[in-house]
Amino acid sequence: MSIHSDLIISRTDGRPMYLQIIEQIKQRIALGDWPAGSEIPSIRQLAIDLRISVITVKRAYFELEHEGIIVIQHGKGSFVATNTQLSRQVWEDELNSYLEQVARLAALLGLSNEQLIQRLHAAASHKQELL
Amino acid sequence: MNSHAVELHNVGKDYKYFRLNDISLNLPTGSITGFIGVNGAGKSTTIRILLGLVHQDRGSVQVLGQSMPDQQVLAKREIGYVSEDMRLYPKANLAWHMQFIQAIYPNWDQAYAEQLLKRFDLRAEQKIKGLSHGQRVKATLLLALAHRPKLLVLDEPTTGLDPVARQEVLAALMEVLADEQRTILFSSHNTLDVEQISDHVAFIDQGSIIESTSKEDLLDLWRRLRVRITPGQSVSELPHIVQQQGNGQLQSFITNRYSPALHQTYEQAGLEIQAIEYLTLEEIFVASIQARREGKTL
Repeated sequence: MSIHSDLIISRTDGRPMYLQIIEQIKQRIALGDWPAGSEIPSIRQLAIDLRISVITVKRAYFELEHEGIIVIQHGKGSFVATNTQLSRQVWEDELNSYLEQVARLAALLGLSNEQLIQRLHAAASHKQELL
Repeated sequence: MNSHAVELHNVGKDYKYFRLNDISLNLPTGSITGFIGVNGAGKSTTIRILLGLVHQDRGSVQVLGQSMPDQQVLAKREIGYVSEDMRLYPKANLAWHMQFIQAIYPNWDQAYAEQLLKRFDLRAEQKIKGLSHGQRVKATLLLALAHRPKLLVLDEPTTGLDPVARQEVLAALMEVLADEQRTILFSSHNTLDVEQISDHVAFIDQGSIIESTSKEDLLDLWRRLRVRITPGQSVSELPHIVQQQGNGQLQSFITNRYSPALHQTYEQAGLEIQAIEYLTLEEIFVASIQARREGKTL
């Protein structure tokens, strides 16, 4: 089965395009839309679909391969790695990167650890109410 | 198979009021290169030299393995060229032009031509004089694409196009690259288009190539850093600073060699780095031109 790409590259997102591709592919894999072992669009095909350069997609795929999330088989195509621990790990990594951001912003605002924890509690209970 | 579709080596050309300063430029086979410069920087002169339309005074030009201008007849069979000032016959219709091009190029692909007609929403029986600017650009692009050139050279292809037509043109260009043996060079001062679809980027200014590199490397190396410095300290002696703004404690500057090592160097010099931002290709282009004109070496 081959997967039709439905990634969206935002022009107003300040981050480089390859980072947007990496994030969106990770999300699709984590959610199971792109199951382990399945074939994903080739580098060239994704570039054509998204109308972005081949080198940008290549860079994203090489980083995903380096992280063990996909496997690039030259001449055969690219596949989602068959690692079942992956989806949890992806979200763990994402959470950690957000937490680093939070810590940085808290330091910028001069919040104490206690104040930061309170704010986190407030955010978590707000999320509960929404559910 | 040659790994470069185009190789310019120390190519120079002197005009009375303009000089092309011995430029060197390689285009890897299968790549798409955005050629960026302000009006009058030398984009069109360079393009005309590599097409054999203008003969260089100095240097060597290899296009698809052929030496230009001597072997231009052989090379031109495999080149598709679209430029702003290309004229179609106003009284003839598009079908007539398609037959004309088909008679010249043995590789003409009629099925592909018809597919492009539909895609570009053009009618073959319509006379050229009745076409809008956007339709004319798409018509010339169709004529260039349908003979399946190995090298496609486009001088300002998206200039003056509406947003929908621009996306149609960009999509058609991307599809050309599905075949890994085909190479595209397109000049533009619209850096957004170049940023979106190109693998390689070349900046030209005042007749000299000032940057020629992979687009990803370029976007990665150039960063804007927002820093806090101790009063009285100056950032001007720090390495690799292209542009600097602000003179209080909060300053921002642009570097063209960002790396974790450089980050450390800055921190050791006493800078408190508060934010690191990516730049758009346009910001990079403008900053490099300004720095060069101020006499800085990048």
